[in-house]
Amino acid sequence: MKIAVCIKRVPDSETRVKIAPDGKSLDEAGVKFILNPYDEFAVEEALRRKEQAGSGEVVVFSLGPPAAQETIRAALAMGADRGVLLQVEGIPTDGLAVARALAAELKDGAFDLILFGKIAIDDCNHQVGPMVAELLGLPCVTSVSHLDIAGGKGVAEREIEGGIEVCEFPLPAVLTVDKGLNEPRYPALKGIMAAKKKPMDIKPAAPAAGTVGIEVVALTLPPERKEGKIVGEGVAAIPELVRLLREEAKVL
Amino acid sequence: MSAILAVLEQRDGALRKVSHEVVTAARWLADGLGGTVDALVLSAGAVAGSDQLGRFGADRVTTATHATFARYAPEGYAQAIAVRARAGAYDALVFPASSTGRDLAPRVAAILGVSLVADITDAAVADGSIVATRPVYAGKALLKVKLTGRPAVLSLRPGVFTPVERPRAGTAETLTVDAPDRGGRVVVREVKAAAAGTLDVGEAPIVVSGGRGLKEPANFKLLEELARAFGGKAAVGASRAVVDAGWRPHADQVGQTGKTVSPTLYIAVGISGAIQHLAGMRTAKVIVAINRDKDAPIFKVADYGIVGDLFEIVPRLTEEIKKLHG
Repeated sequence: MKIAVCIKRVPDSETRVKIAPDGKSLDEAGVKFILNPYDEFAVEEALRRKEQAGSGEVVVFSLGPPAAQETIRAALAMGADRGVLLQVEGIPTDGLAVARALAAELKDGAFDLILFGKIAIDDCNHQVGPMVAELLGLPCVTSVSHLDIAGGKGVAEREIEGGIEVCEFPLPAVLTVDKGLNEPRYPALKGIMAAKKKPMDIKPAAPAAGTVGIEVVALTLPPERKEGKIVGEGVAAIPELVRLLREEAKVL
Repeated sequence: MSAILAVLEQRDGALRKVSHEVVTAARWLADGLGGTVDALVLSAGAVAGSDQLGRFGADRVTTATHATFARYAPEGYAQAIAVRARAGAYDALVFPASSTGRDLAPRVAAILGVSLVADITDAAVADGSIVATRPVYAGKALLKVKLTGRPAVLSLRPGVFTPVERPRAGTAETLTVDAPDRGGRVVVREVKAAAAGTLDVGEAPIVVSGGRGLKEPANFKLLEELARAFGGKAAVGASRAVVDAGWRPHADQVGQTGKTVSPTLYIAVGISGAIQHLAGMRTAKVIVAINRDKDAPIFKVADYGIVGDLFEIVPRLTEEIKKLHG
């Protein structure tokens, strides 16, 4: 089983967002960066599939700045075999540009599975995985929360509004994975030490082919919510709360 | 003459509500660009309600049918839409950012070789270009982008664009066509429906969410009873802490690594209000917080707060709500 996992370096989910002076990007001063949480499920799934098959290779790919080497090392510490950094100065806003650069790199890799997290928690684009699948002509299931693979075929479940879709697909395939698929392992000290010696290939990302169709106008903070009020303490406050919800907020 | 293609969504032969939101937004863009709205729905047969879309501003409604389109068929749908998009020389394609639209729009954009701006909450036309706004960092910031390619591909966050009736002068034309004959490798074998009467947290008009303050999984019964008191309009959500602890399924999680919700009423019970949770619910119309710690960050975003013991407050609140709906 040869598996590719595409991962991203993103600001920690506890980050307080500040806007950079250009008015178009995040002020990265003091921001802690992590492996995108959904990508952890993808790395874990790849490792389990390889362990189950008894042989194979898990290769981690990331398009990002030089600091994304740390993100790749985090996946190597979990147990991935080697990493590839497609180096860029800034990650493009346009998901298609990212997908084209990744697809160019993955095209000749002969992977049985190409895994992504279902969404990156920074730009929330949720599009690079299925775009890579289309560019490579591979079948794709997104937001997978349950997965069975046997005999060159897979069955995946994905959550939809008010239900679960059960999808069948042949391998090789692209999957984007959701929380709940597995419980990612914590890297052991041994894994962290081993990761330092694992191979990492660093090369410039292929220039995105064709036109890129998105221009950033501005990044702003959302309007603050109006200061609310404490209606009162304990059960005594309930009648007043219900009255406010009916008469002031008009939501009941 | 410019034209917008609105890609609609049906399930079991009936249009989903989000389809009206898509037509409404497409009409709005078409007015800005001076053009027409074509609506497209894919299915195995006739779609109930598609002849009513003229009221929301569609000039033409096309049902593209294929034997494999009874359920979502990712590759077949994407191909059929791309074929229509190429034939119509559209300025923009508008999708819902529903679970299906989130899967489908990137495929269509990649086939057409154009960019996708996903999950937008606002759009405008400036100097002949579409400018769209979308939440990033799970709603902690808003990114405004200009779409310079053609067609521009957009997906709309469900529940944000309120459907508006904008009847067209003539009767909207309704056509049924055969979709291109292309089977897909990904086949939706079955759809397991959620238990009857349970609403999706992402779609419910009222969300009652619980956190660690509930102390143990069984106590979510209190929130389920409160949700039921709202007469089928409320869903039960959860904080990341209790989902990670295995008390509640991930489908119920509200926050940066869960769902972003915008209900009319959000009731946070025993949730302190970590920044990643606030990111997922700050666009609710009205927020109520019930927490024993008067300094909990949740009270900073709540419109109305009650400080106290949730185990006393919630059952009493349930009784009061029942009286209103009784």
